[in-house]
Amino acid sequence: MNTVDVKAAEGYGTTGGTTRARPDEDAAVRLRDVAKSYTTGEVEVPALRGITFDIPYHRFSMVVGASGSGKSTLLNLIGCIDAPTLGSVQVCGEKVGTLDDDALADFRAKNIGFIFQTFSLIPVLSAFENVEYPLVLVGTPEAERRRTTNALLEAVGLAAHAKRRPNELSGGQRQRVAIARALVKAPQVVLADEPTANLDSETGASIVELMRRVQAESRTTFVFATHDPQLMSQADETFVIRDGTLIEHRTQRSAP
Amino acid sequence: MSLLLKTAARNILRNSRRSFMTGSAVAAGALAMTLFGGFVSYIFAGLETSNVQRVGHLSVFRSGYFLFGSGNPAAYGIDDYRRVMDLIAQDPVIGPRLSVITPTQSLVGIAGNFSGGNQASKTFFGVGLIPSARDRMLQWDERHTGQVHRPDGRLSDDDQSRGLVGVGLARILALCGPLHIRDCPPAPARGSEPGDATKPREDLVRLAELDGAPSSETKSVSPRLEILSATAGGAPNVVSLAVAGAEAQGVRELDDNFIAMHLGLAQQLVYGRGEHKATAIVLQLHRSEDMAVVRTRLERLIADDHLDLEVRDVRDLSPFYVQVVAMFGAIFIFISLVMGVIVLFAVVNTMTMNVMERTNEIGTIRAMGVRRGGVRMQFILEGALIGALGAIVGVILAVAIAALVNGAGWTWIPPGNSSPTAFKVNVLGNPMLIASAWAVLTLVATAAALIPANRAARLSVVDALRHV
Repeated sequence: MNTVDVKAAEGYGTTGGTTRARPDEDAAVRLRDVAKSYTTGEVEVPALRGITFDIPYHRFSMVVGASGSGKSTLLNLIGCIDAPTLGSVQVCGEKVGTLDDDALADFRAKNIGFIFQTFSLIPVLSAFENVEYPLVLVGTPEAERRRTTNALLEAVGLAAHAKRRPNELSGGQRQRVAIARALVKAPQVVLADEPTANLDSETGASIVELMRRVQAESRTTFVFATHDPQLMSQADETFVIRDGTLIEHRTQRSAP
Repeated sequence: MSLLLKTAARNILRNSRRSFMTGSAVAAGALAMTLFGGFVSYIFAGLETSNVQRVGHLSVFRSGYFLFGSGNPAAYGIDDYRRVMDLIAQDPVIGPRLSVITPTQSLVGIAGNFSGGNQASKTFFGVGLIPSARDRMLQWDERHTGQVHRPDGRLSDDDQSRGLVGVGLARILALCGPLHIRDCPPAPARGSEPGDATKPREDLVRLAELDGAPSSETKSVSPRLEILSATAGGAPNVVSLAVAGAEAQGVRELDDNFIAMHLGLAQQLVYGRGEHKATAIVLQLHRSEDMAVVRTRLERLIADDHLDLEVRDVRDLSPFYVQVVAMFGAIFIFISLVMGVIVLFAVVNTMTMNVMERTNEIGTIRAMGVRRGGVRMQFILEGALIGALGAIVGVILAVAIAALVNGAGWTWIPPGNSSPTAFKVNVLGNPMLIASAWAVLTLVATAAALIPANRAARLSVVDALRHV
């Protein structure tokens, strides 16, 4: 395992509370001096304290840290569903801070897939329809939608359960549907926030294995927020966050 | 769009009990609006029919008659009214739209019954008309109310001596017995006193004899009234009228004073041997919707020919009709508003609960790339669907109930009518009402959904995803 301590990387380090990773022109995600704070009553609570790093394309990257460290906030910023208080976020070459709300929604629809801890499937839609949903949003023709959706359900082993509603599926099956939904539009980046947290260890392991396999096949950039050791062990890149600050960047597997 | 609809429909079924209750409120609103609207529509149609049958759609009067002429109709006769009628009937715009055009002569005077020992007299308001034209006017039933009066032959173009009286006037003039009027009590016996109004009117009898009309002593099948009126020149004139029957007039004041007689007899009474005129030329059209066109054309004709005439329509002549229409219209609007408010609050409440329960789902679809507008549309569509489905159920129920009511054979006496008429609810024959009730309630439900839908659309994606 090739581990890189970002603090020791040449030309980069902690300056004035800002931790920097090696920038990469081909980065899927580029964060520059990103800070995010929330206001609770009259108290301002910092969640991120000026983070700068790049996440390369086609990698299985993990943002790890304890609860409250800011990893979910970081994922929200990368997923363009939240805006930084300071700094800039660039995803797939797009400076998302310049986009208005509708443009951001369109950007997410085309480029970003989400996998949530609680699966977040739409309860009134079948497994097939849940997976098909992102394709409807980007205007994919029906025949292509049907073909792609069936292929993804086949890939996650749920072809036989296509007509079932989420409440008729187990937790592991739901998360498989969620994975298929995240991948069906072939996004540039898939963000997964604690995807195994609500699963037992055996199911979690199978989900991790599934995601690893589809990532290897699709070469989609996966970014996880997790503190699941099982998942962390699969990381190509690991970004360690503590108290809103990047304290370590490790590269476990070299890019192919 | 199909995904939106599919999702909306399934979300409605997902909270089936809540959706059912809200849909029921909409259905109740649609039911109330449609049924009451159908009832009001039937009232309007009945009133319009009875008024158009009675006074036609439009009347042409001598200028000033409408405001000042009722006290002295003889002074407001239309000169050469037959030429004016020809002018109107032959007009290419008016002619094809005309159902009936007929002259009438209004008059006031005193009617007395001195036959068979009676000594009753009473002031009256009379109208002279052409019986066949009156019969044709009474056939008018554009709204299919069934209020068609078959000609009974009591009045005839060939017999100028016959007339009809109001039931009240018949009672006052002691004609109940001779006319065989039911529920018409005879006047209590009263002794004659000097100066009593019931004292024998020998002067009237003598005047009638002088005028050549049959006297009260003439043996006749019909009872007779002596009719005294002032001529256009101011002289008293008397004719004898054979009372062919009595007709209830609906309004007590009219019922106690009304006499209908042949136009010729009325003209003889008012104009004597002078030029016979008419106080009105009555126009009944095939369709009420032509009234505005014909009125405009009439006014143009009158202006072009420099005639001293004016035009009034059925609403001018029957203010009661206008008042009843306005009153029922106001009640209908009030009921519609109440129903609309109930539907509004029911849908707002339901959709607000839906938004709260589905906050996480909103966050999910927003993260997946659904725009704010898409979220808004989703909830608006759900509100619209609940409204549309509830309103469909409501109008279907209304149609069914209306069919039951219409088939029950109930009768009632509508305002302004004198006799019982069928109690009906005009729903099925009123597609505009059905469509309007459905559309209004669907729109209200849609508008009501807009408030929670906007709230859903404005949710922060992150906050929505955190919502448990």
